[in-house]
Amino acid sequence: MSGFAAMLRRELRLSLRGGGDVLTLVLFFIIVGAIVPFAVGPDRTLLAAIAPGIVWIAAFLAMLLGLERLFRPDHEDGALVLLRQAELPLSAIVAAKLIVHWLVSAVPLLLATPVLAVLLAMDLDSFGRTMISLALGTPALAAFGAIGAAVTVSIRRGGLIAPILIAPLSIPVLIFGVGSITSPQSGAATLFLAALSLMAVALAPFAAALAISSAED
Amino acid sequence: MIDLGPHAVFIIWAYIGVMLGIAGLIAWTLFDARRTASELSRLEARDPRRQRPAGTTP
Amino acid sequence: MTPDTEPRLNWWNRMANPGQFVAWTTPLLWPLVILTAVLFVLGFWFAFFNSPEDYQMGDTVRIMYVHVPNAWLSQFVYAIMSVSALGTLVWRHPMADVSMKAAAPLGALFTALALFTGALWGRPTWGTFWEWDGRMTSTLVLLLIYLGLVALWRAFDDQLRAARVIAVFTLVGAINIPIIKFSVDWWSTLHQPASVFRPDGPRMPMSILVPLFVMFFAFTFLFLVLHLKAMHTEVKRRRVMTLKRRLAQGGPA
Repeated sequence: MSGFAAMLRRELRLSLRGGGDVLTLVLFFIIVGAIVPFAVGPDRTLLAAIAPGIVWIAAFLAMLLGLERLFRPDHEDGALVLLRQAELPLSAIVAAKLIVHWLVSAVPLLLATPVLAVLLAMDLDSFGRTMISLALGTPALAAFGAIGAAVTVSIRRGGLIAPILIAPLSIPVLIFGVGSITSPQSGAATLFLAALSLMAVALAPFAAALAISSAED
Repeated sequence: MIDLGPHAVFIIWAYIGVMLGIAGLIAWTLFDARRTASELSRLEARDPRRQRPAGTTP
Repeated sequence: MTPDTEPRLNWWNRMANPGQFVAWTTPLLWPLVILTAVLFVLGFWFAFFNSPEDYQMGDTVRIMYVHVPNAWLSQFVYAIMSVSALGTLVWRHPMADVSMKAAAPLGALFTALALFTGALWGRPTWGTFWEWDGRMTSTLVLLLIYLGLVALWRAFDDQLRAARVIAVFTLVGAINIPIIKFSVDWWSTLHQPASVFRPDGPRMPMSILVPLFVMFFAFTFLFLVLHLKAMHTEVKRRRVMTLKRRLAQGGPA
């Protein structure tokens, strides 16, 4: 078994072992979406109009919430130091972590999106587009989040500062994510979103690995 | 001074704001420089090695 | 017999000694201060006494003389930080760390001033202080990135370790800023197809370009002076931290 596959399995087992985490994220995602009607009123046409934005904001916040477990536990118990000694380059290890992070935090959100779609009075067409845009855009959110988590991993109160760093980087994801659902140029926005995800996923393992190895020197 | 026209308020406030911002920045830079320099000289006086590397006291 | 172990130093390596850097750049400080002051006096004189009002914008054109230099600096300072970040990561140059750290708060302030003057310019021109147009929005995002970097510097205890980590984030930001700019432009034209007022749209006459250029150089030199001074302070602060650590350990045995 190659080192990369072993790393994937290790990460997957570790994240599923504390099974409550996944459920918490999904609950958080639904709750953020569900409190918006209390703030803006239960007007169905208004809700349907802003639903794509709400779903994206909820997904963005939920992805932020899951970032703490990406590198911090391994940093605290010293596993990160050991992993840096591995034959596998650190960027590959980070890539494995990123893939698993996406699987255990973004995929459950995708599965929970129908609930929000019903609550927010989405029609079938925009629901389908929302699913596609979330599937295409969450890798970019996970990648930018991984960079933010890696930069702050050696700071004791890093969980507080990471969202401040990640949010500006995530603005294009939100713009093209929501744009691919609602805008008249949704085709172009979908392509931009996919390009952004590809670029972020390609860049993030190297940037995050560099940040981690610099922080631990 | 020339007449600034109907929007004089905005022009004057823009300049005042920029001047205040820059004055604050200059004051903070100088304050920080003084504070750090005085702390450095205080610590160097207490330093057991009394070793002053060249250049730190310009 | 001692072999010649002294490495041959070029100016680049000598600059890596913080003490040398301070000693070499201190004589530059006062001439730069005087140059900046002269440029500012000249710039203000042009701006208020020796430039006409624009036929389209009227007297609000005078806000441009402080707005455009700040908007330029907001991007120039980030460019300086990115080059310094490369210096930190590639060459591990100690002065690059110091330059990065000293530039971040300066960049944040110039960006904030660009937004402030932009808002005051927008009120008479667009009728609103804040318009979600491409320029203002991406400048706001840039300000958030600067503030994030300042917060990041403050969060680290060990400044030497912080420099390399922050250099990584600075470069990630540098790659992202064009993407953010592009996405925000795309987004704002989507929501308001009507063309908004653009400062660089109409061709500007010389009577406006001259004060603009003078102010542009005045602000740029102001940044250079403050950056240099802040770098000197940062060098001293590191020395203070080293001394404090040594004193806390009860001095060397």
